Amino acid sequence: MTDYTTIDFTPLFDAAEGEVITHSYVRDVALASGRMLALITLDNGMDHTRPNTLGPLSLRALNTVLDSLQERAAAGEIDAIGITGKPFIFAAGADLSKVAALANRQNARLIAQHGHYVLGRLGKLGVPSFAFVNGLALGGAMEVALGCSYRTVDASAAALAFPEVFLGIIPGWGGATIVPNLIGIEKALEIIVSNPLKNNRMMKPAQAHELGLFDAIFPSARFLEESLRWADGVIGGAIEVDRPNVPGRLERLTKWPAAIKIARDTLKTRIGTAAKSPYFALDLLSAAKDGNIEAGFEREDDALTELISGDQFHASIYAFDLVQKRAKRPAGAPPKELAHRVQKVGVIGAGLMASQFALLFARKLRVPVLITDLDQARVDKGLDYIRGEIESMFEKGRLSRDEANQITALVRGTTDKSLYADCDWVIEAVFEELSVKQQVFAEIEPIISETAIIATNTSSLSVTEIGANLAHPERLVGFHFFNPVAVMPLIEVVRTPSTNDASLATAMDIARKLGKTAVITADRPGFVVNRLLAKVMGEAARALDEGTPLEVVEHALDPIGLPMGPFELIDLVGWKVAAHVQDTMVAAFPDRFYASPNLHAMADLEKPLVKNKQGKVEDLSREAKKALTLGKSPVSAEAILRRVEDELAGEIQLMLEEQVVVAAEDIDLCLILGAGWPFQAGGATPYLDRVGASERVDGKKFHDPAVAGEG
Amino acid sequence: MPEIREVVFVDGVRTPFGRAGEKGMYWQTRADDLAVKALQTLLERNPGLPTDRIDDVGIAATTQQGDQGLTLGRSVSILAGIPVTVPGFALDRMCAGAMTTAAFLGSTIAAGQNDVAIAGGVEHMGHHPLGLDADPNPRFISEKIVSPDALSMGLTAERLHDRFPELTKERADRFGMLSQHKVQAAYDRGDIQPDLVPIAVRSAEGWGLATEDEGRRPDTTMEVLAGLRTPFRPHGRVTAGNSSPLTDGATMSILAAADTARELGLPAKMRLVGSAFAGVQPEVMGLGPVPSTEKALKRAGLTISDIGLFELNEAFSVQVLSFVDHFGIADDDPRVNPWGGAIAYGHPLAASGVRLMIQLARQFEQHPEVRYGLTAMCVGLGQGGSVIWENPHFDGKKGK
Repeated sequence: MTDYTTIDFTPLFDAAEGEVITHSYVRDVALASGRMLALITLDNGMDHTRPNTLGPLSLRALNTVLDSLQERAAAGEIDAIGITGKPFIFAAGADLSKVAALANRQNARLIAQHGHYVLGRLGKLGVPSFAFVNGLALGGAMEVALGCSYRTVDASAAALAFPEVFLGIIPGWGGATIVPNLIGIEKALEIIVSNPLKNNRMMKPAQAHELGLFDAIFPSARFLEESLRWADGVIGGAIEVDRPNVPGRLERLTKWPAAIKIARDTLKTRIGTAAKSPYFALDLLSAAKDGNIEAGFEREDDALTELISGDQFHASIYAFDLVQKRAKRPAGAPPKELAHRVQKVGVIGAGLMASQFALLFARKLRVPVLITDLDQARVDKGLDYIRGEIESMFEKGRLSRDEANQITALVRGTTDKSLYADCDWVIEAVFEELSVKQQVFAEIEPIISETAIIATNTSSLSVTEIGANLAHPERLVGFHFFNPVAVMPLIEVVRTPSTNDASLATAMDIARKLGKTAVITADRPGFVVNRLLAKVMGEAARALDEGTPLEVVEHALDPIGLPMGPFELIDLVGWKVAAHVQDTMVAAFPDRFYASPNLHAMADLEKPLVKNKQGKVEDLSREAKKALTLGKSPVSAEAILRRVEDELAGEIQLMLEEQVVVAAEDIDLCLILGAGWPFQAGGATPYLDRVGASERVDGKKFHDPAVAGEG
Repeated sequence: MPEIREVVFVDGVRTPFGRAGEKGMYWQTRADDLAVKALQTLLERNPGLPTDRIDDVGIAATTQQGDQGLTLGRSVSILAGIPVTVPGFALDRMCAGAMTTAAFLGSTIAAGQNDVAIAGGVEHMGHHPLGLDADPNPRFISEKIVSPDALSMGLTAERLHDRFPELTKERADRFGMLSQHKVQAAYDRGDIQPDLVPIAVRSAEGWGLATEDEGRRPDTTMEVLAGLRTPFRPHGRVTAGNSSPLTDGATMSILAAADTARELGLPAKMRLVGSAFAGVQPEVMGLGPVPSTEKALKRAGLTISDIGLFELNEAFSVQVLSFVDHFGIADDDPRVNPWGGAIAYGHPLAASGVRLMIQLARQFEQHPEVRYGLTAMCVGLGQGGSVIWENPHFDGKKGK
């Protein structure tokens, strides 16, 4: 077994220069019984917006404290050790942006080993150790708690999680080994593998306690006082700690391998095999069956070394920074102060999309919202839908009765457009046809004030052309939602050459209030997401048309790790819409995009595809095979992948030249949030750099320095 | 109208008292959190009381802003997890805030308007120095309505020395020293700790746990006291050694109708006999307890000799001495503050009244020969407050 005490961690400390150090303060606490508990407080000296992190120098500081506490324990001066955090925060684990920066292969291993060395001591100090998890605890912080003999959790802690797999690594400071041996394999799989892949779902304290990760849970008002009293009881034997979820022999023999197999199969179906970290985690969890903690630590060292020094982790951290930071400070946004205050929203249309808009605006902005349509019957249908949705949110407990009543009262419908006169924000959701959109704006513009903002939800038309006849085109913006409107986090805010800063600022402000991330794009066909998805869908259609079996095409892109195959995607957005998007893109760029009559043909079929139980596409339906005209020169999966990679790289380079967005980062942000492209690919551009596509097409990479590991 | 009901003091707890200011243990603790922790612990150790049976929550503070703002009784009640159906209020009678809250709520119970009530107080003098942001009406001075001395509590104590020359600095110092010694003896016997609520405290060195009053100086000697400076007057008599220090802390108590307490199986540590408040010249505010006590005794049909235990708030030694002198009681009478007082424990203004009750209740338990006890205190701007209690453990043997 690795003797961690003999390892020289100096290279790690040298590389960690400039780390924001989380200090380990110690105060002696006299417990009611008269016993003495040395209480460690983790605190980086900043407020809760800058959580404690556990970089190499922070862990070294903790280690130094443990040295002296171990001596004091041996001398009988203290009876227990406790560890807690600063207000609201226990700790947020290793500082991953720093990890990415300092991780060559040697350091990657040292990072893993250093964690095992320091946290491994927590359970071997000669006296019992207690983690009092008073707030947010993620990743390495959870492993600090797991390293202690006992754990309590604050019932109001913001979140508890092992987000490692979400970020391309694994819980490698003991988590992947201790968790399954503490709470059983099925629950361990849930929190270490499944949760991170569900958009990084986190645990609430009650749930973490229920799962068996914590021995006791206390309300926040007296969390530390009650934890200390509890600890006193545990040390004295008055309180017996029960851990009913610790797996027994039978679970290890039977349930364990079965659970791993089920998880592995599910994972393959759900996300494919492109992402490494979930499979590394599965292997570790599987091996943890032996109950040998020290061997598990070694396995974690090996896994972390691979992953931290690999490309996927670096791409994941890049992606994480995009959604955490860049999303909050949108590139190219005008000053926030320019935004108009929106106190009444007008939605033009009362169809499904319009109704979804109205509901979202009313719910999030809490201002009056109008919908309208050609006749009262359509308006009423829209209102019925909206009211039904509000009721269902009330029934699910997502809205209180008062809130539901308020929102219901805010949404009104009319066929009288003059009621739109005092709307400060008007958005259309009418049929995707230029003349229709132009006409509704021509009708509404004379009614509303000269400074009211006009927004269009077009996905494929030119915003500039939609506004061509406006008296005040400077107040027009594109405001492109993704379906389903309530769920998808992205809005492409389209700035035309005439759009003024106040309108743009208002659009950004509205997007933020709707809880969405907005990326500013130029008024170019397909903006960002549809333009690139059109590449993917077009190449898939091309390969199919050439005679490649659908199954081959559907899986050709698996190495990227996209959330779904191209035909599953087309089926989801709808064949008609997809065909329309392809047509639009071909009309704009006839030499670069591909439209297929087969897409239109598929749109007319009742059931175009054969899908399995999980909804994955397996083949064309018999009906489809009859209806389509297919070629006789099939291409290989590799060739399709290569085409898609090269086409994407080329198109993105063109988009950057056209200044569709400010930087490649914005394209990746759009793909991650608007199309669910994976963190491990960094969206698209780190992946395209990684596989050499950018260099093949244009002789240079998107990113310098590279978003990549040491390999 | 319902009949007058018997009112009992069910139980009380308090936080350890901290020294006010940046170096004090509660500098990074909110005042309302102190009150919440005290209240939660009080309820926890009286599980027989369903929280929805509480009829009102009164919490006093002298400064009602910042972390002592927002109607403390209501906000602390909500933060402590008491059902929102239970109302709450905040009250101010400067130092006698909690005492007034208890007396007032006791009266409502006696009159049948409530069954069970919470009475407490909090004062974080570190966060809210006395008089900070106060804007005294200029008429006080321009029309000589009060002496300028009335607004400085230390100067009112100096004025008591002026008025009663027999109250020497030596007597005041000795009283202060004995208070320190008596408090330590009470701690050593374990009389104080059972009613203290441990409080997690944050400091630059991390979290710790406050379990004892912070300002005690058990090693105090007359020599040391003689050398202390007199901050209120050159060559004055009032020093840090014969005054209560600036203090942070919170106190909480449960009052109930005796029949309700019986119904719920709650203890009755004291029976409320009566209370009174009275005014004196603001510049000698320390004299306040004299007329308030006379008033309370008269209404109760008792005399000073019926009182077997006195819990007098030691705002200043001289102020307690003026009280005992008036009633002909010796400075070191064992009935007076047998466990010491605010000079050693500290005096978190509005919170202190309930501390007196908590300690009197404990002493009643140990002294079944005592029938009546008095809690009394002086109040800034010239008032006094007195509450007389009867000992339910009284066995009638020595009859005092």
